[in-house]
Amino acid sequence: MTEFLQQLLNGLSLGAIYALIALGYTMVYGVLRFINFAHSDVFMIGAFAGYYLGQRVPAGTLAGGLAVMAGAMVICAVLGMAIERLAYRPLRGAPTLNVLITAIGVSLFLQYTGQLIFGATPRTFPQLFPAARLSIGPLSVSSNQLLVIAVALVLMIALQLIVFRTRIGTAMRAVSLNPNAARLVGVNNDVVISFTFGLGSALAAAGGILYAMNYPSIDPLMGVMPGLKAFVAAILGGIGNIPGAALGGLLLGTVETFVGGSAFSTYKDAIAFAILILILLLRPAGLLGRFVAEKV
Amino acid sequence: MPRPLLLLLAALAVSIAISAASAHLDPYFLDVAMGVGIAIILAVSLNLVNGHTGQFSLGHAGFMAVGAYLSSAVTLFLGPSLLGADGGGPLGQGLLFAGALACGGACAACAGLLIGLPSLRLKGDYLALVTLGFGEIIRVIFQNVEALGGALGLIGMPPYTTFGWIYGCAALAVYTVACLVNSTYGRGFLATRDDEIAAEAVGLDTTRYKIVAFVTGAFFAGVAGGLFAHFKLAIDPRGFDFTRSIEIVVMVILGGMGRTAGVIAAAILLTLLPEILRPVAEYRMILYSLLLVVLMLLRPQGLFHRGAKGVRP
Repeated sequence: MTEFLQQLLNGLSLGAIYALIALGYTMVYGVLRFINFAHSDVFMIGAFAGYYLGQRVPAGTLAGGLAVMAGAMVICAVLGMAIERLAYRPLRGAPTLNVLITAIGVSLFLQYTGQLIFGATPRTFPQLFPAARLSIGPLSVSSNQLLVIAVALVLMIALQLIVFRTRIGTAMRAVSLNPNAARLVGVNNDVVISFTFGLGSALAAAGGILYAMNYPSIDPLMGVMPGLKAFVAAILGGIGNIPGAALGGLLLGTVETFVGGSAFSTYKDAIAFAILILILLLRPAGLLGRFVAEKV
Repeated sequence: MPRPLLLLLAALAVSIAISAASAHLDPYFLDVAMGVGIAIILAVSLNLVNGHTGQFSLGHAGFMAVGAYLSSAVTLFLGPSLLGADGGGPLGQGLLFAGALACGGACAACAGLLIGLPSLRLKGDYLALVTLGFGEIIRVIFQNVEALGGALGLIGMPPYTTFGWIYGCAALAVYTVACLVNSTYGRGFLATRDDEIAAEAVGLDTTRYKIVAFVTGAFFAGVAGGLFAHFKLAIDPRGFDFTRSIEIVVMVILGGMGRTAGVIAAAILLTLLPEILRPVAEYRMILYSLLLVVLMLLRPQGLFHRGAKGVRP
């Protein structure tokens, strides 16, 4: 039982990170209907931004850690908007495959530019936040894990408020429902899409820092696997659906951690894809998504 | 005799002739040329799926891995007992290799069928993701099968692959794809790509076309994998990851999706490019990715596309 709870906690903290990345995928899919492959590399850039900013603040303080996180989120938000402006906006209205290929191109570009600038060797991520090991009953919990869950929770609540309580959030939902109708009632789609990219990328940056804190080694290709899995989480919850992405991320992180702790631990990386295939075959709309019939 | 068949026979004859003379050729040139040949097989076979049939597969490296592993298993584990103590002579070895390649291709085709049946119901970026997922699963499975070397991979394959084998198979792949697509039956591939709903409305079984394309593509990817394994003489699961699939996809896109000649040209160009760019090797992948983005922005129809031909708008 103790081990079960311990694994559950590990799973939830991994799942919270997947959820943060998945939110970016799902929001972009909501407004533009395409998979932003470069999102996983924005996540990587977020971790590196945390690494470089982390050297400028005193290590192991709460204020310093939060400042670094905010800084990295701003950097990645700008990066995300720049990617949208330069690579995706000229392709608005082009066939899905062209946009998908462009996204893969941007993703590879970020990865290999990262290898050139940051070097391909993994680096140790600094301890940004104060670290401690707490014991809750028989459980041993690192403060990082609790922090991951807390930060993810705060960010998701903030996101929920932005999407449902602000004007720009209303516009986002309108564009996602029907871009043409949104334009008719005076929504500036370009601004909304740009904002969506910024928001998603900021969440990815937070995810990157949290991930780097728990798995303290970063390299330019670190985004690939978490990115793919987060995308699976987005589909699992129902792509385009914000609570779905959070649920999918938590579920996937938990399942993966339990498989990693079982006899089949070497198949850990395959489990996410197996889930992806199952969900696409059995319930393509995802757990919380609504099935929409295709019109001819 | 029909012209394509004549061309195929001519190509086979030329590749066997060059192969016979290969001892006198520059080994560096030969090595690069063989790499180009394997790339051509991979690109042409993926072109049938991505170009002609319009389905976006991102898992081609997975099928290549199946072919590479299975054909290596045949030559490594079955080979010695089949060939006997004297090594079987050139004919015996040739037959063994042909059998191994066929076995690798057939297993890859079976994998293609297994993967294609459920996933080809999906479209566009979903299909891309599922094929990517399957490609990764195949890689993880090979990583975990200890009999096939696990994460370390297989080494010690006999060096059966020659120039003639590679270009013979490449000619066969080009011939098969060209004949398939240009036949009456094969127009269905193009119809599926151009407008799936309309194709279904006139009574074409589009799912069947997609699966035929997928299985044929997987078969040749498997053959290419077998040739690759007996050319490099060492394979490991990391060699067949996502990046490899992307490389093949880039060749197809650059060649102009569905233009066999263009795709062959792109395969040659992209395999030679790293050799030419060797002094700036660290920028190679950056150039690759920029090329992809710029191409999609400026020339989404591909580099070697000569304007309207046939049914393409």
